Amino acid sequence: MSAVVVLIEIEHDGDASRVSLVSREALTFARGLGDPVYALVLGPTSPGVVEDCREQGVAAIFECPDEELSAYSGAAWAVALGAVVDAAGDVAAVVAGGTAHGNEVLAHLAARRDLPMAANVVGLVGSEPFEVERQVVGGSAIERTLLAGGTPVVSVAGHAVDPEPAPTPGGAAVLPFSAPIEEKDLRARVVRSQTRDGGDTSGLTSARIIVGAGRGAGGPDGFESVDALAARLGGAVGVSRVVTSLGWRPHHEQVGQTGSRVSPDVYIACGISGSIQHWAGMSSSKTIIAVNTDAEAPMVTKANYAVVGDMHEVLPAVLEQLGPR
Amino acid sequence: MTDVLVCVKRVPDASGEVVLTPDGSRVDGRYAGYTMSAHEECAVEIGVKVAEATGGAVTVLTLGDEDSVEQLRAALSVGAAEAVRVDADADAYGPADVAREIAAVVTTRAGAGKDYDLVLLGNDAADTGDFQVGIRLAYALDRPVVTGVQRLEVSEGTATMQVDNPEGTEIYEVALPAVATVLEGGVSPRYPSITGKIKAKKAPLETVEPSAAPAGSGRQALRVPPPPPTQVEILGEGPAAAPRLVEVLTQLGAGR
Repeated sequence: MSAVVVLIEIEHDGDASRVSLVSREALTFARGLGDPVYALVLGPTSPGVVEDCREQGVAAIFECPDEELSAYSGAAWAVALGAVVDAAGDVAAVVAGGTAHGNEVLAHLAARRDLPMAANVVGLVGSEPFEVERQVVGGSAIERTLLAGGTPVVSVAGHAVDPEPAPTPGGAAVLPFSAPIEEKDLRARVVRSQTRDGGDTSGLTSARIIVGAGRGAGGPDGFESVDALAARLGGAVGVSRVVTSLGWRPHHEQVGQTGSRVSPDVYIACGISGSIQHWAGMSSSKTIIAVNTDAEAPMVTKANYAVVGDMHEVLPAVLEQLGPR
Repeated sequence: MTDVLVCVKRVPDASGEVVLTPDGSRVDGRYAGYTMSAHEECAVEIGVKVAEATGGAVTVLTLGDEDSVEQLRAALSVGAAEAVRVDADADAYGPADVAREIAAVVTTRAGAGKDYDLVLLGNDAADTGDFQVGIRLAYALDRPVVTGVQRLEVSEGTATMQVDNPEGTEIYEVALPAVATVLEGGVSPRYPSITGKIKAKKAPLETVEPSAAPAGSGRQALRVPPPPPTQVEILGEGPAAAPRLVEVLTQLGAGR
């Protein structure tokens, strides 16, 4: 059987780093495409990363300590990924999670080698010929697409696959290598970066609980209890497009067709009417709880549970009921 | 002076319910209407700002049928100076095909003495969501590319680009000529003025033939997933519902 090469991203859990949830999902998906599974870690390898890779059945972890990769560059990482593909020999597919960096590095590889690429894949239809289903129209529709004319390059949509441990753990041997990165590959490279306060790099797409807020927040000052509830529940804040369009909250918190697509265990939608734009981004949440003054709002009628009321009155009462953590 | 080429796409408006054509081959925009991808509206805004700041001009480009002139006019009404349309059925063109056609326009125009130091696209098209046209274009033109850009300024031949994501902010400084794909959130697209709309009607619009036959996108069919069958349980009204809500959260393992 042919090998699969997976680009994996890490997330920080306190001081430890682990394979991100979306990347563990991608690894689970990749096991269905070929064997062995080889991983390239986008960032430093740690004991936690090795442990997660072993659990996911990864045969070997390629680690590229080259100085050129110390600051992020999509092109340079594509060179490293390409080197792993070459080392792997016969490759059935190249895979990553459907994140900003995942899609970017894969697209660089596909462009450099003239390979077919499909973004945000949700399932494999068949491998001969290679056919997948993928999210289109911001998650509102599914496209069945054929990838022909070279090794398929696919990113896996977040939460399309449950991350399952491999039946047999992998060897997860760490193999350092050097990538033939040229000056040209560093033309677009991060020169400065700032990590967000709190250092929570797991972000929206990995959160198991999300407190969502929409126009009902009322203004930039209307998120106090939303932030407090998310913090109390150990979750993240997600907002609707109107909230980011009005500049109440930053765009990276947006959930929807033009923002992130999320799939938490619990999504608490506060003051969100439930437009298609937003629904497409969170409809696959396992349980949806709506808090809205309008009992007829689409979000209320589509939710599993609902409280009819003003979020500014309901959330403080919920926080009080929950008590301190 | 930075001349900017902004690439836009006519897409079905997906803010309402998504309806497919009877054969399931495409999204039917007949009822919902058509629009420009939200990311591209921001790309137009960034392009116009860069052109204004540097004394350059914006050309807006699309690949589409005659109806897509509507999106070109929309861009012209908010500050683009001229428009080019590659006359083709967009659904027959895959991401590699579209990148090749954009590159052909850039190269042809460069040959005629018009250089686009900055080419802007949307981060991903609102309909096909391929996430690769801008990057494939950059390789076709042998230029650097940054994706997911929300803010961009040009100074002395260098573009400073800001990318915001859930982890934080990344800044790129890239020597022009370059390609950037834009994500909404950093700028607010302006509304057209009356004079803008009048200018848009008179602005030059060139139609060109595709440079090559398309290889296609590989699309076999589309489907719209059925909505999950849910039956909402109303937990109560106002703050009085808080105890019941916390009970549910606890059952779901979220209230501890």
